[in-house]
Amino acid sequence: MATVLRRGLDPGAGAIRDGAAGQPPPAAIGREDEPPPGLGFDPVRFGLLAFMVTVSMLFVSFTSAYVVRRAAADWAPLALPPLLYLNTLLLVASSFTLECARRSRGARHLWLVTTAALAAGFMLGQLGAWGQLAELGFFLASNPHSSFFYMLTGVHGLHLVGGFSWLLVLVPRSAQGALAPESPALGRLAIFWHFLTALWLYLLLLLFVI
Amino acid sequence: MSHTATAHADEGHAHGAPQAFIWRYVFSKDHKVIGIQYYVTAMLMALIAGVLAMLVRLQLGFPNSTFPLLEKFFPAGFAGGVMDPAFYTMLFTMHGTIMVFFVLSTAPVSGFGNILIPLQVGARDMAFPFLNGLSYWTFLPGCIVILSSFFVGAGAASGGWTAYPPLSAVKQAAPGSQTGQTLWIIGMVFFIASFTMGGLNFLTTILNLRTKGLSLLRLPMTMWAMLLVAILGLLAFPALTGAALMLLFDRHFGTSFFIPAGEVFNNTPLAGNHQGGSPLLWQHLFWFLGHPEVYILMLPALGFTSDLLSTFSRKAIFGYKSMVGAMVAIASLSFIVWGHHMFVSGMSPYIAMVFATGTILIAVPSAVKVFNWLATLYQSRIHFTTPMLWALGVVSLFISGGLSGIWLAQGAPDIQLHDTYFVVAHFHLIMAGAALFGVFGATAFWFPKMFGRLMNESLGKLHFWFTFVAYYCTFFPMHYIGIAGHMRRIYAISPPTGFYEYLRPMEPINHFITLSAFVLGSSQLIFFVNFFWSAFKGKPAGENPWQANGLEWTTQSPPPHGNWAGAIPEVHRWPYDYSVPGAPQDYLMQTDPAPIGAKAH
Amino acid sequence: MGKQQGLLFGLATLLLVVLATFYFTHDWLPPLKSDREGIDSALGATLAVTGAVFILTNLLLAYFSWRYQDRPGAQAAYWHDDPRLEWTWTLVTAGIMAIFLFGALNLWAKVQQAPPPGAFMVEVTGQQFRWVVRYPGPDGIFGRTDAKLASGDNERAYIGLDPKDPNGADDIVLLNHVYLPQGRPVAVRLRSTDVIHSFFLPNFRVKQDAMPGMMVVTTFTPKASGDFELACAELCGLGHYKMRGEVHVVPPAELEAAVRKAAAE
Repeated sequence: MATVLRRGLDPGAGAIRDGAAGQPPPAAIGREDEPPPGLGFDPVRFGLLAFMVTVSMLFVSFTSAYVVRRAAADWAPLALPPLLYLNTLLLVASSFTLECARRSRGARHLWLVTTAALAAGFMLGQLGAWGQLAELGFFLASNPHSSFFYMLTGVHGLHLVGGFSWLLVLVPRSAQGALAPESPALGRLAIFWHFLTALWLYLLLLLFVI
Repeated sequence: MSHTATAHADEGHAHGAPQAFIWRYVFSKDHKVIGIQYYVTAMLMALIAGVLAMLVRLQLGFPNSTFPLLEKFFPAGFAGGVMDPAFYTMLFTMHGTIMVFFVLSTAPVSGFGNILIPLQVGARDMAFPFLNGLSYWTFLPGCIVILSSFFVGAGAASGGWTAYPPLSAVKQAAPGSQTGQTLWIIGMVFFIASFTMGGLNFLTTILNLRTKGLSLLRLPMTMWAMLLVAILGLLAFPALTGAALMLLFDRHFGTSFFIPAGEVFNNTPLAGNHQGGSPLLWQHLFWFLGHPEVYILMLPALGFTSDLLSTFSRKAIFGYKSMVGAMVAIASLSFIVWGHHMFVSGMSPYIAMVFATGTILIAVPSAVKVFNWLATLYQSRIHFTTPMLWALGVVSLFISGGLSGIWLAQGAPDIQLHDTYFVVAHFHLIMAGAALFGVFGATAFWFPKMFGRLMNESLGKLHFWFTFVAYYCTFFPMHYIGIAGHMRRIYAISPPTGFYEYLRPMEPINHFITLSAFVLGSSQLIFFVNFFWSAFKGKPAGENPWQANGLEWTTQSPPPHGNWAGAIPEVHRWPYDYSVPGAPQDYLMQTDPAPIGAKAH
Repeated sequence: MGKQQGLLFGLATLLLVVLATFYFTHDWLPPLKSDREGIDSALGATLAVTGAVFILTNLLLAYFSWRYQDRPGAQAAYWHDDPRLEWTWTLVTAGIMAIFLFGALNLWAKVQQAPPPGAFMVEVTGQQFRWVVRYPGPDGIFGRTDAKLASGDNERAYIGLDPKDPNGADDIVLLNHVYLPQGRPVAVRLRSTDVIHSFFLPNFRVKQDAMPGMMVVTTFTPKASGDFELACAELCGLGHYKMRGEVHVVPPAELEAAVRKAAAE
């Protein structure tokens, strides 16, 4: 039984022969400082872009639901909670500082820490904005606009938590100097982060402006 | 096992497979192990969903009988030996949910996609092996959550696999709309997360990790199918994610995404402040996913079929470019036809016309595929192995199921046929049937590569014949009762248990269908026996037992860690150079550099 | 072994064709009792065309399975492209589909037409698990309903008919029985107060979902008098299979009397 299992499922059956003609298997994909295979196109970056398309489709779905609902006669839009202005500033600033981190050489760690702080500020501020709305008596189920507001900011926030966790992984790495100058990892985080900032601006516009 | 000296970090395949059992077979990052994990899990889910179907058929085929034995197994469901109508609604709901997502999106895509993609594109593993392992370990909790819903107080979800609100949104609308429906949503979220991770891997690997010489137009049809399936999944599943979240909010936080004002249950106005919700919104979002989803189920089978037909008729697939074009057309069109599930829903009749147009158009690339398959068989040299039989079965089912789609596509005729057994016949033939037969064919074909042993041909053929005949006996008559007006999801049709006199003549047909279904269900045991027996005692297969052309046949069976023992081979041709005039054998593998064969490829 | 399989597959395919043709050419449709004969024609035309394609493609499949089995000395042709052939079958298929499309859109527009002025109005509300049928009465106006007024007291309360609305005073409410005039266009306005139901009249080629929060009107003309069944065709809970109703088509002159008699019972 064990033999069969080993033969059938065994990814290790038949070792990679040492010294065989031809290249050894490539090092793990996505590690720092390593040329991308084949097409000269970083697969991790490609995967990230594909993931961003999926996330965009999620918000496209929400947008279509929102736009149709908004057309109904009983639509009673909320006023924009003022804290959102500050939050937006914080998030845009964090994109800026992340870019600075990406391009910097010496002060990278400092820029990254600042980014993390600004991001934390944004997330706390979002919770604060929820609090502001709740204070006025608007909760998740109060009216359709509030439902969409809480839901959209919540889903955006969840994705930002993901990005934030990723950032928190890179912060100590930058302190140890483990990030390459043209760090692909930092580059990818930046793409995702700017995407989330742009998404936030879009949601702000959708919910309160256009 | 030798290792390179440098201490790399955790990406395992850089230096030999992990040794400990848990990292090698449980939390593996190897696409072959992960693929088999998905496949075996899907098999188990299929067993469960199959039993659910047998119970549905039991009720429809023997409506006036009692089953004291079943009361022992399902005390609540069969109180007094008679099936409870609420239990019935749970049966077909969970049969559909489990089959569509946890079996037929899983086995062909997550199972065979994982097993085959690196092998067929010439890569050591998927682009993101860790993410790949994570995708399985997100899938499995999803299975557990969805199965756990059977054991909660009021039972599993019972609003159909389509979960239309308000039935699924209001807890008192049905017993299954209580905790069971919430668990359904959670299970689906796990599934979607897992499928998304898989889709990212598939897309990135097929596009970015192809070996030297493997241009897109030299990919096997199976790879084209996997590529398109990945794209469909990434673009379409978010609609269901969004809808599921909104449904969760409606159910638990009093929102009104789908629940309108004026709701009354049990002669009592519904509590809460519901206003302006639209049940139609759910349907749009659900089917925006739902339609591409059914193509996700079907496309891999179409890819397998092309590869199997070609291999076992020793003839190139006819019209490779138009086959690819047809698949791309089907995949693209699948995004603009979703409203054909909603012709009688009350949506605008103008929009309905747009959907009818796309739906009727999609028949064209589908027909092209059938013609190309027939042309492949023409003047070929057919070896009737088990995989070949399954592939021919797919062609047969695709013709039958595809043609019945034309009936449903036309809007007004759909008025008579919507929510009848005609629809059940249609999708079981074209979607479930094609996917199932595709999986069986792919299993028979690639089992030797995965396990180093051939499956038993006699058992395989026996399994095929029982399944093929029983499948048609079960589902073809459903066209007739559907035309006669037999609705879906009905616990009983005519007195004494049911209510409709005009359906009484359908009872013998329901009876026949049930008996056929029992034969169909029990014949699958032949497959399970064959699968597990062959894994231990099957005849050893060599590297290329079928004398096939694909890259996967250039390595050992089973493939070693890193898929090729030496360098990854280079590709010099497409995978369809069978029976090339002047060639020493009737097949030329993709790696063969000889200057003969299709110039254009 | 392989040779037999090919023959067997061919025979099985032929058998399928024969049985399918035999059974499909029977009359399965419930007898048509409305003006929607266009649907029956469309179904018939579809059967003819798809039936012909079904027979042809399966005959080829069966024949090829038998004819091109592996034999000693046989060689498969190396033939995998023929643009002219491919264009031909693609364009022919597209042409046939275009004809279907044209017919389908025309028929759809006809069926979905708004009710003509003077159409007979009746309202049907789907509920778990009954059909509440309402006639507007001599004033021709439906009284106001309000879910907040709903209760289980009587049929009028099931739909929350406002007792204070004068227009509703003459409304007649029945349960599960719909009376329709023979030969006169009928407009059924469909509603639901709980989940989605579907108003299905198999003999009339009528099916329309009753959507909560919406009112949808479906129009048709009953052609023959008699009693027919009404079925719910959208899963609406555990009593879905019980939601049977009856449609009674009577000559227009007798309609009002029939409705009042039913209301009195």
